Amino acid sequence: MATPKPRVKVPKSASAGEVITIKTLISHEMESGQRKDKDGNPIPRQIINKFTCEFNGTKVFECEIEPAVSANPYFEFTAKVPESGTFKFTWVDDNGESYTDEQTIEVK
Amino acid sequence: MFALSAGAAAAGLVAFAPGRAFATPEETEKALATLTGGTEPQTGKISLTAPEIAENGNTVPISVEVESPMTEGEYVESVTIFADGNPNPEVATFLFTPMSGSAVATTRIRLAKTQNVIAVAKLSDGSTYSDRKEVKVTIGGCGG
Repeated sequence: MATPKPRVKVPKSASAGEVITIKTLISHEMESGQRKDKDGNPIPRQIINKFTCEFNGTKVFECEIEPAVSANPYFEFTAKVPESGTFKFTWVDDNGESYTDEQTIEVK
Repeated sequence: MFALSAGAAAAGLVAFAPGRAFATPEETEKALATLTGGTEPQTGKISLTAPEIAENGNTVPISVEVESPMTEGEYVESVTIFADGNPNPEVATFLFTPMSGSAVATTRIRLAKTQNVIAVAKLSDGSTYSDRKEVKVTIGGCGG
């Protein structure tokens, strides 16, 4: 499988204390563990099992994920922006890998 | 069914193997009771948005919104999504903080067949609220 590629949409700027909407997506097959290959052997589960969003080190939003979340998991949620800073996004894979992305936002 | 499932597999979309046992509404109720500590969740405050009919069970968009001031003293801790006709009833749990600003989240889920989608919110004061929607699935996320 190709390396999962995260994509995140965060506004470039906001006013102090504004609640903004963040959209995230990561390319991932989200193999459910329910499927069988053509010889009838079960295909082992491999999904993104956790997603977190932090702002300047403080947790903003987290999601615990089961195989019933679609391939290329998409999340849309909100965050309060008290000051300029950096959003850090982390996706945790069943295989132990984690994938991250960062976006900065400026408070005007 | 085989041809159809092979076709779906080729498209890289098949989510659940055919012939697999599904969760029952009873199992879902049990999972739900574990979450709420056995108390019956109240209605109101939470609203779950899901399509009435989903043509493709592999990606069904769902949204939840819980009314809350989202302050340190009063906020929504979590919203858990269940689907009572999938192989496992649990779908996802959103964990919010006062930094979330609002308790709103959207994602896309897999539904194996026509079933109820249930959202349960847990507030910082320990109270629980739930909402449910039936989603009719024309092509299940099970390739058959």
